[in-house]
Amino acid sequence: MLHQIKDFASGFFVTGDPLIYGADASIVLVAAAIVFTLTYFKKWRWLWREWLTSVDHKKIGIMYILAAFLMMFRGGVDALLMRAQLAMPDYQLLKPDHYNEIFTTHGVIMILFMAMPFMFGLFNVIVPLQIGARDVAYPFLNALSFWLFFAGAMLFNLSFVIGGSPDAGWLAYPPYSELMYNPGVGQDFYIWGIQISGIGSLMTGINFIVTILKMRAPGMKLMKMPLFPWSVLSSCIAIIFSFPILTATLALLFLDRYADAHFFTLDGGGNPMMYINLIWMWGHPEVYIIVLPAFGIFSEIVSTFSRKKLFGYHSMVYAMMIISVLSFLVWAHHFFTMGSGADVNAFFALSTMLIAIPTGVKVFNWLFTMFRGRITVKTPMLWTIGFIPCFIVGGLTGVLLSVAPADFQFHNSYFLIAHFHQVIIGGVVFGYFAGLYYWWPKMFGFHLSERIGKWAFWFWNIGFYVCFMPQYVLGLMGMTRRVVSYSWDKGWWPLNFVSTIGAVLMGIAFLFQAWQIFNGIKHFRARRDTTGDPWNGRTLEWSIPSPAPHYNFAVLPEVGMLDDWWEKKQRGEHQRSAFIAEEKLEPIHMPKNSGIPIVMAGCWFLAGFGFVFHWLWLTIPGLAGVAFCMLAHSFHYDTDYYIPVQEIKETEAALWKGTIS
Amino acid sequence: MKLPKKLRWLASLSMLVFMLLVSTGCSDKIIVLNPKGPIAEQQRDLMLISTVLGCIVIIPVLILTAVIVWRYRDRADRKAAYSPDWAHSTKLELIWWGIPILIIATLGVITVRSTYALEPSKPLASNVKPLTVQVTSLNWKWLFQYPEQGIATVNELKIPEGVPVRFEITADSPMNSFWIPQLGGQMYAMSGMAMTLYLQADEQGKYWGSGANFTGTDFAKMHFDVEAIGKDDFERWVRQVRKDSPELTLDGYKQLAQPSTVEAKTYSAFPDGLFEMTVTKYASSHNHGLSRQETNDMPASHHRHGSDQDGEHGMDMGDS
Repeated sequence: MLHQIKDFASGFFVTGDPLIYGADASIVLVAAAIVFTLTYFKKWRWLWREWLTSVDHKKIGIMYILAAFLMMFRGGVDALLMRAQLAMPDYQLLKPDHYNEIFTTHGVIMILFMAMPFMFGLFNVIVPLQIGARDVAYPFLNALSFWLFFAGAMLFNLSFVIGGSPDAGWLAYPPYSELMYNPGVGQDFYIWGIQISGIGSLMTGINFIVTILKMRAPGMKLMKMPLFPWSVLSSCIAIIFSFPILTATLALLFLDRYADAHFFTLDGGGNPMMYINLIWMWGHPEVYIIVLPAFGIFSEIVSTFSRKKLFGYHSMVYAMMIISVLSFLVWAHHFFTMGSGADVNAFFALSTMLIAIPTGVKVFNWLFTMFRGRITVKTPMLWTIGFIPCFIVGGLTGVLLSVAPADFQFHNSYFLIAHFHQVIIGGVVFGYFAGLYYWWPKMFGFHLSERIGKWAFWFWNIGFYVCFMPQYVLGLMGMTRRVVSYSWDKGWWPLNFVSTIGAVLMGIAFLFQAWQIFNGIKHFRARRDTTGDPWNGRTLEWSIPSPAPHYNFAVLPEVGMLDDWWEKKQRGEHQRSAFIAEEKLEPIHMPKNSGIPIVMAGCWFLAGFGFVFHWLWLTIPGLAGVAFCMLAHSFHYDTDYYIPVQEIKETEAALWKGTIS
Repeated sequence: MKLPKKLRWLASLSMLVFMLLVSTGCSDKIIVLNPKGPIAEQQRDLMLISTVLGCIVIIPVLILTAVIVWRYRDRADRKAAYSPDWAHSTKLELIWWGIPILIIATLGVITVRSTYALEPSKPLASNVKPLTVQVTSLNWKWLFQYPEQGIATVNELKIPEGVPVRFEITADSPMNSFWIPQLGGQMYAMSGMAMTLYLQADEQGKYWGSGANFTGTDFAKMHFDVEAIGKDDFERWVRQVRKDSPELTLDGYKQLAQPSTVEAKTYSAFPDGLFEMTVTKYASSHNHGLSRQETNDMPASHHRHGSDQDGEHGMDMGDS
């Protein structure tokens, strides 16, 4: 009996690697510390009522961003381990199989569990405030989306200590990801982690499209809407068309692994090339899904900090919509070398190049927004200015890769690695950081230290170039991606060593950011934003106090033009909500909190875990729980309430206290 | 903006170190830009042309960025104009929709033409009869069969200088990619199909070849030496391999196909139709584009397609 338990445990838990034991210990310690703190300060009830069951878009947004930071830490540690392994030739810090797991989890986590939630967090916090809405269109669904993402992310991360991590790369190409070559459970964790969070992503896409189309403040025509909601709209359109493809593709892969189907296997008439086409039909739109909102953020920031209208608003809107559509027509450029023939390659090379046109237009419009402006370089603007040259160079290398016959030499090499890190770090990550710094006072009601922020920026920026510029050259030296080691005679080591230094600099930059946040919390009283409008902003979110009250707008604003808040300030017609006459206030209709989303996501987690280990005794109750939650919610009618006028008055008075007195 | 000055200094220094590293020690190691065959040479030229075309746009834009950010920064005694409401100019916007369109159109024409010209399954223009080498990606080694010479090698490829080589590429393992940077771009190696790639070495020498698509544990060890030698030397080498090396039997192949890493090997002979068997093993229920020889061996029920001799491609998606 004891023997059996021991046998089971040694297969169930990941064993044998001191690095993993160390991580196990730290996970247990951190978890214990959190439980202890919550219990000691009697915060469990607060946590449950204020956060875990909240349907408030601002709180959900903050939880997304917090989760994204945790995931950035994990993905970043993976990255540093990889760079440490590659710093010297023939180095044996990591065994090959361990290295393979790490590059896989790094990719999956950074794209799906870092970039996506960071992006959704910014959507959540900002979109309703910018369009003058009191919440998203479907608040309950929004909470469910978050918890599904969280359940998926945790399931995926669990593979680190239980069962073993996936090791087939972030897109899990078959046949390597099939049972024949990959019999462990890691690949099943991959499938279910992404499946569960993917349902959440799809629902978020639907939610924000409806929110943007139906919930705008009176008078805000689409063409008077700020650029960020436009970028969210273009991104969500890509989400609702591409995520179903991902879900279907992974479902087929799952059937291959679970039910012995032969969609992508080598034998039985399966065809791995089908998977590769399908996964990139999602995968390519996916990179535009994450970068378009960054474009929106930069547009807001450039205009605010140049104190000037955004140049070429209409062009910007069309450019984003064109990119959103074109992103569906380029997928095969990820496998020019799969032998699709010259016709196919020529088509996809051209469609890829076309994307450079609207993207280039956007860069010019940002530049000419700054032209004849008054540029103040606060941290959000610093990230924006850092982004422009980085993205221009990344765009150039992207165009190089799109030249199909030349791609035969770039493909799968470090040149490609350098390119996509340049556009994803330089575009997406810099963009989200810019947005986070820009909207931080609005989210939390206090400022972060500019000084530490600038250190963080320079470490990120310099670290980035030191890390990835050498990788372009390494690609041209013939170094292919995903190699665990290389020999001395290749001459690759000096550049690899430099690249590792760059990665360490970015690691330090992350520490600066963590310090900046702790420092901000420590001094939060002294750094309060009492104005609600710290940057002299242009859009509606700056017309309300920081942090925004849970109903956002005491009275829904009337919008007359683009940059309405700025224009009203110019004309002296702006009015803070504290000064709104009492007779204008009306009770506000709000959604009630609900515990169902977190419980339902918990059931999905159990069902997913059951699928991974082929434990029907866990899968069936898990899925039954999901069904029960759906039923329970559909028979639950007590979902909304009204905030009385008196409470609105008191809340506003308290929030504006610092400003008025 | 006081403190980060030190950091900016650090940035300039590290860029300098980087430039030095690139320009001194390792310039001959940048093998993609140091081609030894016609395909790699044309691909290098394409890279250079597209870089130059791209730079026509990006260098002015980078300079413009620096100038604008510097000139329009906010400070007390600033002389530059400030026009907060100037947000549209049809003329300017036409210019920056126009410039990228022109550049992309130019690059597009070049790309499409070269895509057809450099289609990997297209035979090279040459008076010399091409040598055929059948490449199989195994976990974690490469098997090369010379059907015309009747010999086979593992992890070592010898080819005659100045002779077009017709590689037929397959896998008896997860999908890989066959890449010899100094001779030309890569081609995926996939089970159940034979991909065609024409390359040629114009100079004698040793070149680096590797697998470029991840295949598992010892993927990093899937590299091989390519040696281009004189035609006579090649003939001599073939004779010597026939004389001195052991034979690759069917059992030997099965052994070889097991996951492992091995040193370079040579074989004086290999089982008849081994390559065709490897390809058709996974194509039993579908007909995933077989090359000409093996379709002749197949039962009549199989359709015949994917013949790549007439410039068509060496694979397709099957009947479905």
